Amino acid sequence: MVKKRFDGWFIVSIVMLLLFIAVLIYPMFGIIKQSVIMPDGSFSWSQFQKFFGQSYYSKTIVNSFKITFFVTFMTLLIGIPFAYFYAFYRLKGAKILFVISILCCMSAPFLGAYSWVMLLGRAGVITKFFKSAFGIRLPSIYGFGGIALSQTLKFFPLVFIYMNGAFKSIDNTLMEASSNMGCVGVKRLFNIVLNLTMPTILAASLMVFMQAFADFGTPTVLGEGFKTFPVLLYNEYLGENGSDYNFAAALAVIAVIVTAVIFFLQKWATSRFKFSINALHPVEKKPAKGFGGFLMHLYCYLLCAIAFLPQIYIIYLSFRKCRGAVFSPGFSLGNYQQAIKKKLWMASKNTVVMGVLALLIIIVIAVILAYLVVRRSSALNHTLDTISMLPYIMPGAVIGIALLIAYGAKPFALTGTMTIMIMSFAIRRMPYTIRSATATLMQIPISIEEAAVSLGASKLKTFTKITVPMMSNGIISGAILSWVAIVTELSSSVILYSNKTATLTMQAYIYIGRGEYGTAAAFAAILTVITAISLFLYMAISKSEDDIQL
Amino acid sequence: MSNNISIRKAVKKYGENVVIPDLSVEIKEGEFFTLLGPSGCGKTTLLRMIAGFNSIEGGDFYFGDKRINDLDPSKRNIGMVFQNYAIFPHYTVRKNVEFGLKNKKFPKEKIKEQSEKFMKLMQIDQYADRMPERLSGGQQQRVALARALCIEPDVLLMDEPLSNLDAKLRVEMRTVIKNIQHNVGITTVYVTHDQEEAMAVSDRIAVMNAGVIQQIGTPKAIYQRPANLFVSTFIGRSNILNGTLQVENGKTFIVTKSGYRAEIKGVREEHRKNQNVVLSIRPEEFLLDRDATQGIEAVVDDCVFLGLNTHYFVHLTSGEEVEIIQESSIDSIIEPGSKIMLTLNTEKVNVFTEDGSENILTGVHNDRPED
Repeated sequence: MVKKRFDGWFIVSIVMLLLFIAVLIYPMFGIIKQSVIMPDGSFSWSQFQKFFGQSYYSKTIVNSFKITFFVTFMTLLIGIPFAYFYAFYRLKGAKILFVISILCCMSAPFLGAYSWVMLLGRAGVITKFFKSAFGIRLPSIYGFGGIALSQTLKFFPLVFIYMNGAFKSIDNTLMEASSNMGCVGVKRLFNIVLNLTMPTILAASLMVFMQAFADFGTPTVLGEGFKTFPVLLYNEYLGENGSDYNFAAALAVIAVIVTAVIFFLQKWATSRFKFSINALHPVEKKPAKGFGGFLMHLYCYLLCAIAFLPQIYIIYLSFRKCRGAVFSPGFSLGNYQQAIKKKLWMASKNTVVMGVLALLIIIVIAVILAYLVVRRSSALNHTLDTISMLPYIMPGAVIGIALLIAYGAKPFALTGTMTIMIMSFAIRRMPYTIRSATATLMQIPISIEEAAVSLGASKLKTFTKITVPMMSNGIISGAILSWVAIVTELSSSVILYSNKTATLTMQAYIYIGRGEYGTAAAFAAILTVITAISLFLYMAISKSEDDIQL
Repeated sequence: MSNNISIRKAVKKYGENVVIPDLSVEIKEGEFFTLLGPSGCGKTTLLRMIAGFNSIEGGDFYFGDKRINDLDPSKRNIGMVFQNYAIFPHYTVRKNVEFGLKNKKFPKEKIKEQSEKFMKLMQIDQYADRMPERLSGGQQQRVALARALCIEPDVLLMDEPLSNLDAKLRVEMRTVIKNIQHNVGITTVYVTHDQEEAMAVSDRIAVMNAGVIQQIGTPKAIYQRPANLFVSTFIGRSNILNGTLQVENGKTFIVTKSGYRAEIKGVREEHRKNQNVVLSIRPEEFLLDRDATQGIEAVVDDCVFLGLNTHYFVHLTSGEEVEIIQESSIDSIIEPGSKIMLTLNTEKVNVFTEDGSENILTGVHNDRPED
């Protein structure tokens, strides 16, 4: 503010830079190195040739693209109308629709997939019902169709949340001006509303694409013959057929390149829609009356019901009697007793301890970085900002492998420790929290800090007593979402976990894998309840009714 | 507690871009001093240099005898009021007011006493335990003033404090600000782009343009005898006519393009020669006579009735367009298209050199330190 002296904040910048080099750049470098340097020390592209040369491998990336593009398209197709009805019409029980869709997209993906197996699998209740009642054989839940169904219903709420925010920022006068010039109804929807919200549509698409592309749990549970890229990556690193670290590293490099390309394509596409909208007069919601209103309600409720079904069903299953993989008639708490025997307490403790520690680290880093970028703008600090976005394009499995390569061996020997798990949680969630902290700080006028300084407060005091408390609302709500994401994290912890550091999510995943479905359901039910409680807390703290900063 | 401020040869640069080339000003103890100018003229920049939020590239800033150039903003003992109030939203009104007192390590009883005193003075004591978001803009600005004043600062700085308020509140608050400044007797530097507001509150005004002070003087002095053409057009409205100055038998006359000639008194000795000049005539300095045969011939293009006054937009035979204000009379308004004759109140008219850089009449007060 005063003169560009080398004050305390410069040292903070340097410390942050060293930290980022240690946990982001160095592990990333490790992966690149391992992908081209063979165990005997020679340089070779052979791992990449192996991937692109054999269709068994290269097919997985085609599969991943197929499924991810399809899912992204489908989430837009069903999510945009949902958001449109929600934002422009007064739907009955709108709050319930909102809560359900948030619950859907915040749960662990593989639990939904597993529940769909229970419902629509070969011995699923719905499958059996259709067979006995109508003699109809439903199509298999495994493969492309099943993954698409599970992921679409899981990710469409992301589109809904983004689009609802964008629709609310459309100024009513624009809508009125448009109808004044004779453009109404569907024509207005396509010409005005969707065009105005195009930057948001693109942002939502990227979000869905990144999550669906990196999703490891769903294709593992539902894939069978249909192998996607993250599954291949995991199998090559820790697979039953022995692991090939060099090949896995090459796959990780390819994954990062793919996501980076998509990321920059999206940025390029967004740059072509350079306008921002900000509603002085938000659109007032119209009553949803008549037959059209009925159809809107039907659409929204049916969608939410189908998307929410897996979570309800999993809680129901957790109270059913079960032996191994077979559920028998009648209810009991047996599954929970089994879960307690299977380290329920330890998994709960791990989840809370690691989650809270990772969260604290994220919050401290996010607040400091936001302050550096917004208030101490400099080339160094912008470099830090750019580096901090790196995890955004690193799928979870890649972060897991990168950390193992960098810190698994001596002298660090962090393999199987809580430290490495916390590191991965913190890294994965960091970009999101930094974004929301930066956005929060940008809305705080600098004159408030200047007022504090002119009233005799030191720089440190101004930061701790004025800046941080004013950011706290944004930080806390962001932190709760990060907490939920950490609790349901699978794709990097599946690579990093050990017996001692398994979380609730890991336990649920492990017991699905072992075919002990009852025990898995108990773990999953507990996880669902924790997620739900956290989200209700979030909604109580964040002031606005249906804004959610992802 | 109050202090005079002297600024000598101040320079402000942003990179290669010079915003303030060389500025000196002396602000007296206890004075209400306003920096007035169009946006981008450097007035807020100068204020923030005094406050310590902008770096100083050259010159010296003194509060009394104390040079403050390198003093940290938190140690300058200034009270500052911001355009957006800058109230801490997470503190109650009382905590906002006490914030500075606590930093300045006032004793506990003194903190309570002082904050009560200033909250009473600003009439916000009934909101003491409210959160700021439940206060109106005017009330928030009162909190900001109480907070700035209660630390007994050496100087009070205000950066367009009224521009976020609606018109009615703005007029009300400027009286509040003027009265409180008068009561406390603190040296105050006030920034605004609103000339009416500046005239209403200030003891003296510095009119700035492009980082240079054009004139410093009382509101009356700068309105009636502006130092140059910029000041005359920025403060109030002025019609600008080209003309000539003629000297005959020791008397001076102004002649307009359309041939109107009138004697003008008070031309300074060194300017008494035949030359081209620029006349600056305020709308109320035209005398309008429908029946006169002498004067400047003009045709009314439009008229606007505003109650107390009626504004006429007319063009002269020379083609120049001017605006005239007359007190509204009970009989009918002059219709557009009518021909009229104008004469000048030569006592009030200002005459500038052809380039507009200097007023050639006597009676111009400019307190700008000669550099």
